[in-house]
Amino acid sequence: MSGIPHDHYEPKTSFERWLDQRLPILRLLYDTIMIPTPKNLNWMWIWGIVLVFCLALQIVTGIVLAMHYTPHVDLAFASVEHIMRNVNAGYMLRYLHANGASLFFFAVYVHIFRGLYYGSYKSPREVTWIIGMLIYLAMMATAFMGYVLPWGQMSFWGATVITGLFGAIPWVGEALQTWLLGGPAVDNPTLNRFFSLHYLLPFVIAALVALHIWAFHTTGNSNPAGVEVRRSSKEEAKRDTLPFWPYFVIKDLFALAVVLLVFFAIVGFMPNYLGHPDNYIEANPLVTPAHIVPEWYFLPFYAILRAFTADVWVVQLANWITGGIINAKFFGVLAMFGSIIVMLLVPWLDTSRVRSGRYRPMFKWWFALLVFDFIVLTWAGAMPPEPPYSTIALIGAAYWFAYFLIILPLLGVIEKPLPQPGTIEEDFIAHYGGANDTPAE
Amino acid sequence: MIRKLTATVLTTLALSTGSVFAAGAGGHTEDVAFPFEGPFGTYDKLQLQRGLKVYTEVCAACHGLKYVPFRTLSDPGGPELPEDWVRAYAAQFEVPDDGEDAEPGDTRPAKLTDHFPESADPNAPDLSLMAKARAGFHGPEGTGINQLIKGIGGPEHIYSILTGYTGEEKEEAGTTFYENTAFPSGWISMPPPLFGEDVEFDDGAPNDLHSEARDLAAFLMWAAEPKMMARKKAGFVAVIMLVILSSLLYLTNKTLWMPVKKQAKEAAKKA
Repeated sequence: MSGIPHDHYEPKTSFERWLDQRLPILRLLYDTIMIPTPKNLNWMWIWGIVLVFCLALQIVTGIVLAMHYTPHVDLAFASVEHIMRNVNAGYMLRYLHANGASLFFFAVYVHIFRGLYYGSYKSPREVTWIIGMLIYLAMMATAFMGYVLPWGQMSFWGATVITGLFGAIPWVGEALQTWLLGGPAVDNPTLNRFFSLHYLLPFVIAALVALHIWAFHTTGNSNPAGVEVRRSSKEEAKRDTLPFWPYFVIKDLFALAVVLLVFFAIVGFMPNYLGHPDNYIEANPLVTPAHIVPEWYFLPFYAILRAFTADVWVVQLANWITGGIINAKFFGVLAMFGSIIVMLLVPWLDTSRVRSGRYRPMFKWWFALLVFDFIVLTWAGAMPPEPPYSTIALIGAAYWFAYFLIILPLLGVIEKPLPQPGTIEEDFIAHYGGANDTPAE
Repeated sequence: MIRKLTATVLTTLALSTGSVFAAGAGGHTEDVAFPFEGPFGTYDKLQLQRGLKVYTEVCAACHGLKYVPFRTLSDPGGPELPEDWVRAYAAQFEVPDDGEDAEPGDTRPAKLTDHFPESADPNAPDLSLMAKARAGFHGPEGTGINQLIKGIGGPEHIYSILTGYTGEEKEEAGTTFYENTAFPSGWISMPPPLFGEDVEFDDGAPNDLHSEARDLAAFLMWAAEPKMMARKKAGFVAVIMLVILSSLLYLTNKTLWMPVKKQAKEAAKKA
């Protein structure tokens, strides 16, 4: 499976030999779990395991919640209260599921930004990156539809606003929106199809995760030094790598336990902190909440959506050029999807041949600014769309696009990278040669 | 670099993702100390019983508690009232009759398994989840700091509404509005429900306006989150188990990587 030379599976018993000739499943498991992994992976490489755990947690708690939930506009809200009050440990299942979504997105954002800093998206790992972005898109769809199910005020109005985005597409928009909703407005057909899709999509994500893992097991992991594992012989490869089991499994499990420590403290002591209080009010199509805001993990993109109002010159220009087809609303929708598409295209937008941000003195600062920008956008998305927040959101959105479309392509040309280590082994020895540091950091 | 960034991201996210996204306009919420605040906080069952009395004698005239089953008044971690008492208490409420010979519109006295009735006044919101639905008016600047640090939430808001009447009134389109310092718009359509000494508590606790409002807010918090004590206990067990698990995994990991690190150190010395 891996391009890195390593010891392969050898059936030891006659049963294993028998099975291996018919279904080499043990071979697959062995080669997956024993894959040679760069020695020098640091703590930013643990989020993959956290994400796998999140998917499993969401599927397991979700399946049990679905046993007690009723997808009907008159009964959904009450059935959630039934789960909270009458189902054995139902409150725990629901809080785990709701906060599990937050952990899932927190982990995926760290995972994505790790990839952006260490250049994990660069050749030959573009396919891994693209599949990862597809997983992220599927996660967004799943989380959005899941948030509609409790049928609270934010569920209803969030669904109304977000599906309204499709209505902004010229010509086909209105028909598309009606088709998505199953009617002229968010109602029972919407709730039913969202429930169905919310149950389906996690399994699509699971399949994409398998492809994601397959892809990077083919190219080998990226690593903080950004140099490839030597592959000319098994001996050389062994000096750069360690088998995934037990070295990285144990390390990842330790990190997962620490992450879960924080997670369970939130679930146990402040489970509603990350949610919107209005969702404890049953959906009412006649009463619009004062501020409609999505869950925190959508806020950066929500800020970008709202940033491009009719008074921004870029919007006016687009409007004039297209003869009014691209109005402010549609521009916002394009910007929101565009902000994710530029991430998808980053393997080709980044022109630098140096992978790791560690050896890119200028890139480091622009990247730090991007992280800061992401946080500012998160905050701006939560604030009402009025000055000064709208201006801040516009600057934040502009930087987001500038980073991917201008700064990354330019940096590759003007930046003078620092010397990189020759091999992973060299990087590892340089790190551990001196101080007695924590393991594998 | 990445480590510093992570720390910054963590702190900022913790501050910026509070449920204060509502960022309501105006409305001053008083910070009240409740016994159920913080990870160690528990409900005071006598306070919940007093709050139930305020609800029964004052609020229930207009407001319902439709998601709360009567039987849960005896559950552990709640008012923990004796079952016989709750049975008699429930019987004073009329609920729609679901018997075989019942005509539409018939009612019967409520049983243990029934829920509290819905709001008698259709304009009065149901109070079952009010303590959780009103948790989000706390800034500053949408940061949720007050909620995170001081534990200001829905019960504080309910207390502030009940004690926030200034005595001013105005009439608009045939409806009377009462000025209230805690209500987001400043004017609320609910007439002042409590004045002090509205109910006599069986345990002789003070029944001034502020005590009544506090006890009622505590009761409504229980009504909204009846499993809070079980949840916190489960949280504690989980946290303690994970402290042990992560310590063991830390040591396992350290031992496992020791020879690899040692090898690297020796290689560095040679070089």
